[in-house]
Amino acid sequence: MWKYIGKRIVYLIPVVIGVTFMVFLIMNMAPGDPVKSILGEQASPEAIEELREELGLNDNILIQYKNYFLGLIKGDMGISYKSKVGVAEEIGARLPTTAKLSVIAIAIAISLSIPLGIIAAVKQNTWIDSLTMFVALLGVSVPVFWLGLMLLLFFSLKLGWFPVSGAANWKSFILPGIALGFLSMASIARVTRSSMLEVIRQDYIRTARSKGVPYNTIIRKHALKNALIPTITVAGLQIGTLLGGSVLTETVFGLPGIGRLMIQSIQGRDLPMVLGCIIVFTVAFSIVNLIVDIIYAFVDPRIKSQYT
Amino acid sequence: MDGIIHNNKKPTDALKIKQKYKKQSQLKEIWFRLKKNKTSVLGLIIILIIISLAIASGFIYDYDEDVINQNISERLQSPSLDHPFGTDELGRDILARIIYGSRTSLSIGFTTVVISLISGGILGAISGFYGGRIDNVIMRIMDIFLAIPGTLFAITIVAALGTSTINLMIALSISGVPRFARIVRSSVMTVKDVEFVEAARAIGANNLRIIIQHVIPNSLAPVIVQTTLQVATIILTIAGLSFLGLGVSAPQPEWGAMLSSARAYMREYSYMTLFPGLAIMITILALNLLGDGLRDALDPRLK
Repeated sequence: MWKYIGKRIVYLIPVVIGVTFMVFLIMNMAPGDPVKSILGEQASPEAIEELREELGLNDNILIQYKNYFLGLIKGDMGISYKSKVGVAEEIGARLPTTAKLSVIAIAIAISLSIPLGIIAAVKQNTWIDSLTMFVALLGVSVPVFWLGLMLLLFFSLKLGWFPVSGAANWKSFILPGIALGFLSMASIARVTRSSMLEVIRQDYIRTARSKGVPYNTIIRKHALKNALIPTITVAGLQIGTLLGGSVLTETVFGLPGIGRLMIQSIQGRDLPMVLGCIIVFTVAFSIVNLIVDIIYAFVDPRIKSQYT
Repeated sequence: MDGIIHNNKKPTDALKIKQKYKKQSQLKEIWFRLKKNKTSVLGLIIILIIISLAIASGFIYDYDEDVINQNISERLQSPSLDHPFGTDELGRDILARIIYGSRTSLSIGFTTVVISLISGGILGAISGFYGGRIDNVIMRIMDIFLAIPGTLFAITIVAALGTSTINLMIALSISGVPRFARIVRSSVMTVKDVEFVEAARAIGANNLRIIIQHVIPNSLAPVIVQTTLQVATIILTIAGLSFLGLGVSAPQPEWGAMLSSARAYMREYSYMTLFPGLAIMITILALNLLGDGLRDALDPRLK
């Protein structure tokens, strides 16, 4: 088991290096001279040259990346072109908001989707099944930002139950959490239902039924564990969608998270800040994938047995 | 007449007819299975309606007059007989803009999916067919692409290259490549060692012929399903990026961009945020229904 976890962690390193390098490369394709955008068009050539040297922009791209990556390990992501504060500090200040939003969204998604998926599968072809799957289908079809706008319109503007913008207290996170979690909930419920349907048709379930085990026990003890394997995969994939969606959700609800910071920095052409935000998102996604893989190994004994 | 002149070629003709018949019957079978699924037929009908509206939009509305031209005297009108979905902050008819918006979304959606399908398909086919080192290099690069969530990747490229429709299309095309590469690769790998490919090789068929005649047709089913679902994903991403101000820019009508400008007027003129969102949802819903139906119809094992 530890061997497997170790192997997965080692595998994470080239992926993180590859991803950060690619993002770094893409952001370096940006047209326009960043130095001119800091100093203004009227800056003297000497001042421009001095700052270029100071920022290391005269080095070749590989050396620039190496310096950036070494800084990244130490928690240094450069200085914002606009506000002149450290990128890492600014992102650190915004991180709790995005983390809270993501955790609430995934908690809503998982706690609702798995029971719904199981019930729909057990009651296949009844109205409960149809209703659940219809809601799930709406969930995978509705754009997260529009759902957010509609929730905002109804619950905040019309009913006044929740604040319209900002992250003042826990109430500010309820609507964004629902908006963001709904899509994941729908996808996970759909997969849980179909994998549950597959599992309850297996021979060993029939065996359990024929020897008189109560149906609830069969579902809970025999079927669920096997049915959850594809669910975990999809839940892991959903985290990526969730991170992308959090950018939109934060924009709709005016939450001061990393996603909003990223969009504001793109509009302000603040490249180090944009780069920092994207890198934090992708590294977070890689780490979540690693955790999902490890959970996977705990649930699926076939993986465990390969490493013992 | 024809038969008499080319009498010596008759067996080949017969073979051709037989092959054609066989292909048709397979398609017919898929169509038959798809037809049985009422919800996916509904999805197909909705998509066909949206496509026809997109094509016919030029005859229904005048682009410059109804869609782009500002008409301040008619601004912010609630839905009425003249303007079924109301007018926006610049006095433009929202229904006209939604219908023209379908043009934007569908054309960008289909174009980018075709580009990613072709490039991803070629990469996946090479990877799966040759295996070994080439496979390893291609797939590790694809892994890196997949390690970045799609929306975020598109945002990265648009942030670097600047906001324009072309850059949006580049971003969306690239982000779709690894998915198709993976699907095509795995179907190619399952197909390449089966007996009929071995037989084709035995009669002297070269790699290209094997790939085109045997491997591609057999990997078509998952690719078709993925294509349908990918169009849905792309349309959602276009809307999302335009909503953030990173996609299609004004005054070109696009659903996400319309929602973005409607936001400021949400409190008093909520109808402005309602209709473009419904348009996105219905389109995506239809594509999802069709995609699900196709998946079941193309894979009889699931039934």
